[in-house]
Amino acid sequence: MKEKIKTILQKYNNDRGRLMDILIDLMENSGYIDDFSVSVLAEDLKISAAQVRETISFYHFFSEKPKAKFNIYLNNSITSCLRGFSSIKSTFEAESGIKFGEISSDGLIGLFETSCVGMNDQGPAAIINDKIFTNLTPYRARKLIESIKDGKTLDGLVYENYGDGNNSHPLMNSMVYNNIRKKSILLDENYERFDVIKNIIKNSSSEEVIQIIEDSNLRGRGGAGFPTGLKWKFGSRMPGEHKVIICNADEGEPGTFKDRVMLTQYNDLVFEGMVLSAFATKADMGVLYLRYEYKYMLKYLNSILDEMRENNLLGSNISGIEGFNFDIRIQLGAGAYVCGEESALIESMEGKRGEPRDKPPFPVEKGYLDLPTIVNNVETLASAVKIVKNGAKWYSSFGTKDSLGTKLLSVSGDCRFPGIYEVEWGTSIREVLEMAGADNVQAVQVGGPSGTLINVKDIDHLSKTELMKWYKPSGMMAAQKSFDRKLSYSDLPTGGSIIIFNKERDILSDVVMNFMDFFIEESCGSCSTCRNLPRIMKEKLQKIINGHGVRDDIDDLLNWGKIIKVSRCGLGQTAANPVLSSILNFRHLYEEHVMAMTDYDNQFDLGKSVSAANSFVGRKLIHKHS
Amino acid sequence: MSKKIIATTSLAGCFGCHMSILDIDERILDLIELVEFNKSPIDDIKKFTKQVDIGIIEGGCCNSENVEVLKYFRENCNILVSLGECAIMGGLPALRNGIPIEECIHEAYIDGPTVKLNEEKILPNDVELPMLLDNVYPCHDIVKIDYFLPGCPPRADLIWNALVALITGNEMDLPYELIKFD
Ligand SMILES: Cc1cc2nc3c(=O)[nH]c(=O)nc-3n(C[C@H](O)[C@H](O)[C@H](O)COP(=O)(O)O)c2cc1C
Ligand code: SF4
Ligand code: SF4
Repeated sequence: MKEKIKTILQKYNNDRGRLMDILIDLMENSGYIDDFSVSVLAEDLKISAAQVRETISFYHFFSEKPKAKFNIYLNNSITSCLRGFSSIKSTFEAESGIKFGEISSDGLIGLFETSCVGMNDQGPAAIINDKIFTNLTPYRARKLIESIKDGKTLDGLVYENYGDGNNSHPLMNSMVYNNIRKKSILLDENYERFDVIKNIIKNSSSEEVIQIIEDSNLRGRGGAGFPTGLKWKFGSRMPGEHKVIICNADEGEPGTFKDRVMLTQYNDLVFEGMVLSAFATKADMGVLYLRYEYKYMLKYLNSILDEMRENNLLGSNISGIEGFNFDIRIQLGAGAYVCGEESALIESMEGKRGEPRDKPPFPVEKGYLDLPTIVNNVETLASAVKIVKNGAKWYSSFGTKDSLGTKLLSVSGDCRFPGIYEVEWGTSIREVLEMAGADNVQAVQVGGPSGTLINVKDIDHLSKTELMKWYKPSGMMAAQKSFDRKLSYSDLPTGGSIIIFNKERDILSDVVMNFMDFFIEESCGSCSTCRNLPRIMKEKLQKIINGHGVRDDIDDLLNWGKIIKVSRCGLGQTAANPVLSSILNFRHLYEEHVMAMTDYDNQFDLGKSVSAANSFVGRKLIHKHS
Repeated sequence: MSKKIIATTSLAGCFGCHMSILDIDERILDLIELVEFNKSPIDDIKKFTKQVDIGIIEGGCCNSENVEVLKYFRENCNILVSLGECAIMGGLPALRNGIPIEECIHEAYIDGPTVKLNEEKILPNDVELPMLLDNVYPCHDIVKIDYFLPGCPPRADLIWNALVALITGNEMDLPYELIKFD
């Protein structure tokens, strides 16, 4: 055992910063990280055992307890729940004879839940030992367990052909489908592999590249919408020999899966974008931070990087440009949504818990290993390549005045054609619904749980100014003509997650509760506001759903929604949005539930509350209390 | 202006909040000018003798007696104030929330390192004793609470400013230092 650990440690030069990789290798090797491993790691990495443990305990896919031979992680995101999560879950339990969170006594099967795995268009999905199983049904769940019990291998469990495009590449062997439904300037065929590295940057300066990106008005596609040209300019002006480009492929916002498709089918464009931004900012180190759920792509992506190295598109003097040295490595995450936040991502890359840093300093000043670090989303980097190739003027002929170009939408939920749609900015929600074949729609969640829940009706309960008092990001405005609202940075900014709910869905108990569970699960716990408020908001919401709510409860929710804005990072700052947004646009649902004539109700039941203690101490007489 | 009437009680608390009330020092003389105390440990009045304007609650509810007293306060006070962390959140006693009550009792009376004299393994179950609740509850989970004064204990100045505001009906003076905790 010790030998094994030592070999892994050597592979990473006993570098404490590579703790994530070390732990991932150990998990792969032994299935879990036992006390002995922790002590060896601590000694050889010259850190305390507690420091090893705090990293282990942070991530969903690390474990200090033995795991099973087949670990089934069933995705509990909203679309999964809409498509039969609970019956699949109970089938898994019935067939395997264990509950979720347990491992069978023979160590064969383990059942766990996990947040969105980026397969909303083909859910419910499960990850079994790094392999994705899509479109689950109770039948398939039963077959899976049967096959496992029959002694099949992991590959033997695959129940259908492999997916389309590169999904069935031998290095990927995945049954995932790309489901690309609409292509425009980013996804179309107008692309010559690595042309920009080979031919264009050779004859331009870093300033010229940045100028084109600035002129194109490209803004970050990861959700926050920061101007990319400006970020690159800051980066290029930072002094220092070493700088870092990070491509953020953590894609954890429930309902987004576009980065998965980009990396499957357009990875050359993405890597080319990283090289391009390295050229512009004079960076020498590149990292693709890939969420653990996408580990099935790792080998394949590494093969592309190898190909680039062979062709002098990575390495030293890239493409013959004297002094342009840059290489890319892939860093796997280990299951934590908050690691998509750029500073948490950097912490994670340094082998620590993925807790966001205080800002400033921003990553571009002081990021990975305190070096200037430029973090960009997958789609942002890919778009930059097309822009440099075709020019800013070309790009600005697409989209709207304030939001140029196109956006990839990940559309899922109640519609006939879930998948990826590349639309021009300025496309209205109504158009998106038409494209996706969605009828009988009640609501649309734009931008994932942290975004806006739009009502099909044009309800205008609160004036915009009233609303702005407790909500800042422009994303959430009073729902005026909701469905005609346009996707753009000024009206409805979005990282691209669009989840559709039909009229059968119960907005409060199906949708809002699920989203609150997500934030409760994914909070890193640093800020008391983000650690506690989503939990008590959810309890309050449950109380309202149970029919015990009063009007004050709605006000409490609104007030707490204000307080949570003091949280350190975007996760906490937006964690109340499911509640706030649904109060704003579906207030009648809350009002139907609360008791109009009562101003206080608790669900407290004294008899129930004392019964456990009474029966334990053998107390017969229970007083009748007021 | 007739004097406002005040009542106070300590439920599942440590009396630290009451000590903090006393920490208003010589201002207690001003307070006596402004208010009259009714049921309170400060004057040892056990039962309400009249309707009270302001009831101040220290501590949350860990047993049936706490619940009864709290409800008794709600019935007899026009305004109820949760004073301190325990009343607002359950505080230190609420650390037991999450541990089954059976385990807590077992630890306290049978298994704990300080249990020496309970060879017969008696668990207290006399009808005269208050009954333990499954969790420690904050006061607003049991009755409606009108105001919350945070702190463990809340600083004397905070208590003083709040009382002055409630008594005079003016806006409360809340300087930053009073509500900054770290
Ligand atoms: C909780 C949280 C999760 C995030 N997740 C992602 C993510 O998965 N992918 C991403 O590109 N950006 C994510 N971001 C935004 C990043 O912090 C960062 O703004 C972005 O990667 C910058 O790239 P861009 O300017 O190209 O959008 C997240 C932010 C927060 C607060
Ligand atoms: S807001 Fe939440 S996720 Fe972000 S740092 Fe604070 S506790 Fe962590
Ligand atoms: S809040 Fe603090 S001082 Fe007040 S009763 Fe609780 S523990 Fe004691």
